[in-house]
Amino acid sequence: MADLVATDLCMTFTNPQTGAKVEALKDVNFRLKEGEILSVLGPSGCGKTTLLNIVAGFINPSSGTVALDDEIIKGPGADRGMVFQQGALFEWLPVEKNVDFGLRMKKTGKAEAAAKVDHWLDTVGLQGFGKTPTYQLSGGMQQRVALARCLVNDPEVILMDEPLGALDALTREKMQSLVLELWKETGKTIMIITHSVEEALLLGERLFVMAPRPGRLHKEYRLPFAERGLNESLREIKKDPEFSRVREEILTMIWDMEEEIMGRV
Amino acid sequence: MFDWLSDNRALIAAVLILLALVSFVATIVIGRKQSAIREKDEVFGDPERNKRGWYWAVCGVSALFLIWFYYSWGTARAFFPKAANELCQVAKLDEALSPINAALPATSRYYKSTTLVARNREQLEALAIPAGIFTAAEQAQSQALYAKVSSLLALQSDPSHLGQDARNELEALATGLSGLASDLEARAKAGNDAPSAEALAQPSWGTTHVEIPLLPETARGVAFDAIAMQASGLAKSFTRIRNHPPEAEALITEIRGEIDALQEAQASDPAMQEARDDFLKAFERIFRRLDDGTIFPAAALNGVEAAIDNLDKASMVAQGGLSWVAFAFFPGGEIVKSRTQCTEQGTGRWLPKPTDVVAQLGQLANPNLEDGGGFKGTTLLWWKWLPIADIVAFFVPDWIADVMPGDYARNNELGEVNPNFKDHVLAFAQGDIYMGAIPMLDGHIWDSLFRVIVALVLGVVLGVPLGIMMGVSRFFKSFFDPLIELYRPVPPLAWAPLILTIFGIQDDGKIFLLFMVAFAIMVISARTGASGTQLSKIRASHSLGASVGQILRHVILPNAMPEILTGIRIAIGVCWGTLVAAEMLAGTTGVGFIENVARTVSDYELIWVTILIMGVLGLVFDMCMRWVIHKTIPWRGKG
Ligand SMILES: Nc1ncnc2c1ncn2[C@@H]1O[C@H](COP(=O)(O)OP(=O)(O)OP(=O)(O)O)[C@@H](O)[C@H]1O
Ligand SMILES: [Mg+2]
Repeated sequence: MADLVATDLCMTFTNPQTGAKVEALKDVNFRLKEGEILSVLGPSGCGKTTLLNIVAGFINPSSGTVALDDEIIKGPGADRGMVFQQGALFEWLPVEKNVDFGLRMKKTGKAEAAAKVDHWLDTVGLQGFGKTPTYQLSGGMQQRVALARCLVNDPEVILMDEPLGALDALTREKMQSLVLELWKETGKTIMIITHSVEEALLLGERLFVMAPRPGRLHKEYRLPFAERGLNESLREIKKDPEFSRVREEILTMIWDMEEEIMGRV
Repeated sequence: MFDWLSDNRALIAAVLILLALVSFVATIVIGRKQSAIREKDEVFGDPERNKRGWYWAVCGVSALFLIWFYYSWGTARAFFPKAANELCQVAKLDEALSPINAALPATSRYYKSTTLVARNREQLEALAIPAGIFTAAEQAQSQALYAKVSSLLALQSDPSHLGQDARNELEALATGLSGLASDLEARAKAGNDAPSAEALAQPSWGTTHVEIPLLPETARGVAFDAIAMQASGLAKSFTRIRNHPPEAEALITEIRGEIDALQEAQASDPAMQEARDDFLKAFERIFRRLDDGTIFPAAALNGVEAAIDNLDKASMVAQGGLSWVAFAFFPGGEIVKSRTQCTEQGTGRWLPKPTDVVAQLGQLANPNLEDGGGFKGTTLLWWKWLPIADIVAFFVPDWIADVMPGDYARNNELGEVNPNFKDHVLAFAQGDIYMGAIPMLDGHIWDSLFRVIVALVLGVVLGVPLGIMMGVSRFFKSFFDPLIELYRPVPPLAWAPLILTIFGIQDDGKIFLLFMVAFAIMVISARTGASGTQLSKIRASHSLGASVGQILRHVILPNAMPEILTGIRIAIGVCWGTLVAAEMLAGTTGVGFIENVARTVSDYELIWVTILIMGVLGLVFDMCMRWVIHKTIPWRGKG
């Protein structure tokens, strides 16, 4: 069972200058089953990125563990692919070299790598852009390259930190469909952090709303919209009264949290 | 071909100057038109406004060349090739008259006599009699001496006391000078003086190491030359004229007698003897300057002065257009006749003409050493056969042979030495085994380039890895930082004496010096580049399964590439500057060496040639690097 399991996760940052402590995460517990898609919402500074970084293995939690396949995560690895807000592409390499980066690091055969790159570039809709320098691509195309680069490596979990945050509304919608398609096609476990409630509702089969100070899971939803998004147009789903209701509920929740923070400051 | 070019440099210069003028004017016209067109699409401050514009570049270069030609008197030589020769003849007259002029206010503001009187009076007044050196009688006597010397000055300055001899001689001189003036004018008007065959056979201006042909080549020149010859006779007679009024003679004898008497008598107080001697000696020194008759009444020279004025006017008339040429085309200096030659002085001297610089460069670039090419036994830039054994010897250390088992060969009882394997290895390591030869560049420029390139390669090969490690590792950063930061700020030339002592003045020392420079720059730039890698890229590559080594090689290194290449570009510039200075300190080859020799013999053409070579090579280096940067990191700043 390739489940992603977080147990009693705590993360406390200490400011090296002032010595002030920030509880970025406190007692976070969850289990993400293989093939589930999870979106994480929450006001700014509630520890979403921290959570993702711990799962990716970039930072170690103060206490508690995250395990994938019953194996405790101790550092970054190719089994957990990552997509950043800004592609974090290697601008000195053309698109195809960016995409096959992971394969080259694993010393995969040339022919096999080329075939995989072609396939994934096709899938994300970038066929024919293999030789293009990445800095000549638009923001949306760069994000597709980042997705392909991650997928080509065949990770068990895909982690995305606001992957569509820097895109315009139209591109964003297309990319949301693309993410759902990829989810359906690959059946991978996906964890998406987003600031947009709509996006969280559309993409998340499960949805965590996090609360700040200390960062914790505040409320969990199970939602049908991602499943429906595989067949229906996303715009139709957005018109669904149930969709609107959940959206309003979550917005109010986050709004209240923000208010609370402001009040405290 | 080369000789023809060299002999006709004036003509070539004329063509070049005209071309420069035309392109200067034409590019201004083009530039103004272009600006008028562009003004419509580009507002002021738009960075696009400083792009392109080759015509202004051509305009600037043309202007530079025109200024160079003008101030080096290249224009004068191109369009008035005989002017220097004629000015040389004029200078001869000036030189001939200089003894007379020196006595007149024309060149030195005061009459020479006025200066002498003023100085003598001043010194006389400044000379006080120290107390106690004289008896009362002597005191009175010496005070009277002061008065006598003073009246001697008056006698010599009084026109009514001017001696008859001097009067006659000065009159004769004035007449002679007037004669010269009318002679010069007549000759200039007639213009039928023929230059000698010898004069016409002289090499033209600037083609040999004798700058300006000395003998007159034109009718005007011949006239001036002849007049100058006569003038120098007159000037000689002038220097012999003395002003000895009869009254002064008696006074001089009287003063001398009194000084002698005072000097013979002893001081009453022996302790004062020394002070007394000193005073009398000083007094005598002033007096001596008065008894040789070189002081004249100012009015006595009126006749001579008028005659000289006259001659000057005649000279101006005779020069005619030449004086205008001298004024307009010989800026910043003049042609001066010294004892045996005429030379350019001022800008004409230290700013060689462009054509001469090229000619000098051509001579240096000539690879045929027997034919006077190259410099000090080395070509400028050529090639030679380099034995492979030399390269082997450079890389294989001698101790390889020492550590071989066994002993080196010894002389046997037959008195022979049979080399064994160990000896052969030694011969190999020392480059004594012939293994063929490869063509290799050679010459001063190559020597300089070689030093820079080797140092640079070493600096990059060692500096970049260290810099990258310092950029990513706390240990490397903290451990090596103090080392590098301590030696780096020291100007490289401050290390030079030490390093040249340790490594010798050959290539080793210079290469090491340059290596130090390049190494520090490369370390710092690679470090900056490496530590500037975006965290998200590093994290992404971790997530893609890259190992530490792979991240260094495939992410951090390429990410640091812009800084590294910029570092190389800077290092080349700094190395080049340091190298030339290091070569000036020591060594026997290299561009800096040439300049150093040129400096010691004041060979301005050679100095300019080396400056030119250094500038052009530096520019070529930089353009290469810019091209490399453009080709290899088009993605710079676009991540
Ligand atoms: N390296 C760090 N050192 C100290 N404090 C940190 C560090 N990283 C995060 N924090 C603190 O932890 C808290 C959570 O940060 P985190 O980046 O996880 O928030 P977030 O939910 O991703 O916010 P946003 O939505 O704005 O991206 C914040 O208060 C932040 O100040
Ligand atoms: Mg965040």
